[in-house]
Amino acid sequence: MKITNAIVEKHGLKPDEYSKIKELLEREPNLLELGIFSAMWNEHCSYKSSRLHLKNLPTKGKQVIQGPGENAGVIDIGDDDAIIFKIESHNHPSFIEPYQGAATGVGGILRDVFTMGARPIALLNSIHFGSPKHPKTKSLLNGVVSGIGGYGNCIGIPTVAGETKFDSTYNENILVNAMAVGHAKKDKIFYSKAKGLNKSVVYVGSKTGRDGIHGASMASAEFDENSEDKKPTVQVGDPFTEKLLMEACLELMKDKSIISIQDMGAAGLTSSSVEMASKGELGIELNLDKVPCREEGMTPYEMMLSESQERMLIVLENNKEKEAKKIFERWDLDFVIIGKTTNTNNLTLKFKNEIVGEIPIDALASKAPLYDRKWIKTKLPTKKINIKDLKKIKLEDALIKILSSPNESNKSWVSEQFDQLVMTDTAQRSGSDAAIIRIHKKEKAIAVTVDSSANYCKAHPLTGGKQIVCESWRNLISVGAKPIAITNCLNFGNPENSKVMGEFAECLIGLKEACEFLNFPVVSGNVSFYNGTNKKNIDPTPVVGGVGLIQNTKNKINHILKKEGNIILQVGKTFGHLYQSVFFKEIYSITEGPPPEVNLSNEKNNGETVLKLINGNLIASAHDISAGGSILALAEMCLSSRYGLKIEKPTKLSNLMEHYFGEDQGRYLLEIEPKNLEKVIKIIDANNIFNETVATVQKDYFEIIGELKIHINELYKVNNKWYNNY
Amino acid sequence: MNSSVIVFPGSNCDRDIAVALEKLEFKNTMVWHKDITLPKSDLIVVPGGFSYGDHLRSGAIAAKSNILNEVIKSANDGCLVLGICNGFQILTETGLLKGVLLRNKNLKFLGKDIYVKTINNNNKFCNKYKQDQVLKFNIAHNEGNYFTSLDHLKELEDKNLIPFKYCDEKGNIKDENNPNGSLNNIAGIFNDKKNILGMMPHPERMVDQMISGDDGINLFKSLLN
Repeated sequence: MKITNAIVEKHGLKPDEYSKIKELLEREPNLLELGIFSAMWNEHCSYKSSRLHLKNLPTKGKQVIQGPGENAGVIDIGDDDAIIFKIESHNHPSFIEPYQGAATGVGGILRDVFTMGARPIALLNSIHFGSPKHPKTKSLLNGVVSGIGGYGNCIGIPTVAGETKFDSTYNENILVNAMAVGHAKKDKIFYSKAKGLNKSVVYVGSKTGRDGIHGASMASAEFDENSEDKKPTVQVGDPFTEKLLMEACLELMKDKSIISIQDMGAAGLTSSSVEMASKGELGIELNLDKVPCREEGMTPYEMMLSESQERMLIVLENNKEKEAKKIFERWDLDFVIIGKTTNTNNLTLKFKNEIVGEIPIDALASKAPLYDRKWIKTKLPTKKINIKDLKKIKLEDALIKILSSPNESNKSWVSEQFDQLVMTDTAQRSGSDAAIIRIHKKEKAIAVTVDSSANYCKAHPLTGGKQIVCESWRNLISVGAKPIAITNCLNFGNPENSKVMGEFAECLIGLKEACEFLNFPVVSGNVSFYNGTNKKNIDPTPVVGGVGLIQNTKNKINHILKKEGNIILQVGKTFGHLYQSVFFKEIYSITEGPPPEVNLSNEKNNGETVLKLINGNLIASAHDISAGGSILALAEMCLSSRYGLKIEKPTKLSNLMEHYFGEDQGRYLLEIEPKNLEKVIKIIDANNIFNETVATVQKDYFEIIGELKIHINELYKVNNKWYNNY
Repeated sequence: MNSSVIVFPGSNCDRDIAVALEKLEFKNTMVWHKDITLPKSDLIVVPGGFSYGDHLRSGAIAAKSNILNEVIKSANDGCLVLGICNGFQILTETGLLKGVLLRNKNLKFLGKDIYVKTINNNNKFCNKYKQDQVLKFNIAHNEGNYFTSLDHLKELEDKNLIPFKYCDEKGNIKDENNPNGSLNNIAGIFNDKKNILGMMPHPERMVDQMISGDDGINLFKSLLN
C-alpha cells in the first residue's frame, strides 16, 4: 500500500514529521510502521510540545525514590514503606463515551501503580463538566460518575476524594482526571527498563481486540462536529479482569522473576514494548502470531495499535516462565511468550514468518519530535470594579445562593456512588480537606487531595499555577499531614496556539516556583493538550494531586466542629480580594480581574505553624479557607458537624462582602478549646502570623452577630438540594 | 473458633473480613473457589465483592462453583454461614436463603453509612447486641433491594427471621431510611434454622473506631459466644 499524503494526515502526522520519519528510516515506512510512528509521536505519548517546559519542574527531594519518567512516582514514607502514585487524564474518551471513558481512565491509572509493585490503596478524581444548563452535561455527569464508581467499586479500591466542577468552558470538552495511590515495600519496586539479551517478552492479561485503535492519536487532536464518530476509538473496560491481573502481577512480584514490566496503556503493545526497549537500550522482537486476539483475522496493524484494556508486557528472567505461567493460569489469564529482547536496537515485528515491520527504537523514542512552541505571556489583569457601584445584596442571600450553587453544593450525590471504605483503612473520606488512608496494619497514614483552580489560572497562569500547589499543601496540612510530593495533570487547549502555549508555560513556572519553595516536588504527571472543540480552547486547568504523611493515624484531624464553647481562630490575613472569587461569579457574573496574590513565604510559615499546632494536639478541628472565602469555610465546618457558630463582625474591613467572600490565600480556621487558646496564640504570634478570633461554637445556629441567623438544618437543606433536583 | 472465608475471582472484601476475624481471634483460613474440600469450620463467610465481575447476574456464577457445594453441605449440617453483600447475593442464588436482591431503587451504586435496628438478638449472630439496638454500618452495593414473595415475607416476619432492618439514627423504621428499596426495610435475613445469615451491610467495616466505627465488633463477638 502506497503511503499518500491523505494517509499521513489521517494518522495525525504533519508533512514535516513524515519527512523526518523517512529520514530516520532511510526509506518509506509501510502502513504498519506509519501507524506505529503515529502512535509514538503523537502529543499524548511523545510530550513533544511539553517536554521542554516539564524539565524545569523540581522532581527531586529527600523523600523522592522515583520522579517522572516511570509508570508512576515513588516516595519514601519511612520504615520500609513507599507510596507510588500518579494522576492521568481521560478527557477525550470520556466526552465521547462517558461511562467507558471514565472507567478505563481509572483502570489505566491503577495499572500504572500496580505495575510498579504497589497494591493500590486509594483512588481520587477531578472531574470538570460544562454548564449544568448545557444539554449534554447531565448525561455526561451521570455517565462519568457511574463509570468511575463502576470500575473502582468492582476492583475493590476505595475512591476516597475528588472534586466535581461545572463551567461553560468545558461544554464541549469535559475533563476526567483519575489518580491512583498505592503502597509497596521499598525493596520491591518494579521498573520498566529492560535488561539482558534474549529474555522472554511475555504478554499477560486480556486478549487484544479491535477497540481503542488510535486512541492516543484521537486524544491528541481537537474535537469537531464529527466527534461522535470517534466512538470506536474508545476502549471498553473490564474491572473484573483487571482485579485478576492485579492479583496475579502482585503474586508474581513476590519473587525475583520480573526484569521489567509495563502496562499496555495508550498506544498499547507499541508503546509498552518500545518503552522497555528504549530504557534498556535494547532491541525487541515480537512474533505477532502469538498475540492472544479476541477476534479472528486481526492484522499486525490492529494488534500493534489496539488499546484493549487490562494487558501487561513483562520481560522475564530466564527459566522463570513455567512458574510465572502457573500463577496467571490460576487466575484464568492469558500468559504467552510473544518475543524476546535483542541487541539490534530495533523494534522487529514478525507475522506469518515474515518481518512485517522494523524500526530503530530511538526513532520512536528519543528522536521523536521536540517542539519549542511559541508562547506569549499573560498580563496581570487590572482591578476595575468598585464594589460600592455594584447592586447591593444581603449577606444572607449571597450565602444561600452560593451554598446552593452547583459548584459549592454538597457532593454526596457523587461520593455515595463510590465505595469509600473497602480495604477498611479509610480513616477519613471525601468531603474533608483531604482523605486519610492508614497504611495497612501500621500506625501511620497518608493524606491525599486533588485540587484545581482553572479561573485563577485563566486570569493569570503564573499566579494560578502557584496557587494550586499552595491549595494542595494547605489541604494536607489541614488534616494534620506533612506534605511530601505532588503529581500533576496538565489539561490545556491546543499547544499550537501561542496563547494556550503561554498559559501552559506560565502555569508551569508557577508550579515550579511553589513546589521549589515549599519543598513539595513533582514525582509524576501527565499532559493533556488539545482540549477544545472547533478552535475554542478550554480554560487552562492544571490539576494537582498531593500526598502527605501522618505519623500516627490517631493525630489526624478534620474540619468537623467538636464542642460548644470552643473558639474559632483565623490564621492569615484577610485583605478582601474578590476578583475571580465565587462571590463575583455567582452573584454578579463578574469573571474579570486578577486572582488573589500568592505569597509563598506566608504560605510556608502559616502552614508549618498550623501543622506544629496540630501535632501538639492543640487544635480540635481545622479547615483551609479557599474558594468562597471565610464565610463558606465557616459554613462548611457547621454543615459537617451540625453545630452552629456565633461569628463576630469584623472591626477593620468596612465591607462585609470583601471580608467574608474574599479569597485571600494562606488562611486557615482553627477550632480551639478555650483552655488552649492563649498557648496557641502565643505560638502563632511567635511566628509573626496574623491571627484573630472570629467565632465561637454554639448549638443550632449559624449566626453573624447583627447580620444573619440561620438554623443549621436550613443551611443543610440549602446545601443539599442541587444535585437531587438536577 | 475456626472460620473459613471463601475467595472467588473478583471477591474484594475477603481481606477485610479476614482482618476482622483475626482481630477477634478466630482461627481463619482463606479457601480458594476451585478447592473441593472445606477445612473444618465453625463459621463459613462468603465475603463481599464482585465475584466473577457480576457477570450474568450478581452471585449467579459463584453459586455454581465447586466450593459452594461444600458450603451447602456444611450449612445443611448446621454450620454457621455468614454472607455479606455479594455473599448474601450468592447465598440467595444457591437457594440457602430465599428471595432475591434487585437493583437499588434509585438504580445507582450506593456507598454510605446507614443505621440498622436489631430486630432479633436471640440467635448465634446477634446475641451481644441489645434488642432494638441501633447500629451504624456501611453499605456498598448496586443490588441490595431485597425482594421475596408475600408468603415468604410473612414467614420472615412471623418467625422472627429478620435480624436487621434499616432505620434512622433513633431507630425509626421508615421509608425514607430505606436506602435501596428493600421490602419492609430488610437489611438481612436468616434461614429457618437461623444458622445462615445474609446481610447487605458490612459489619467487617465497623471494627475500628479510628477508621469508621466499631458497631460491627459485637456481631463477631456474638459468634464467639
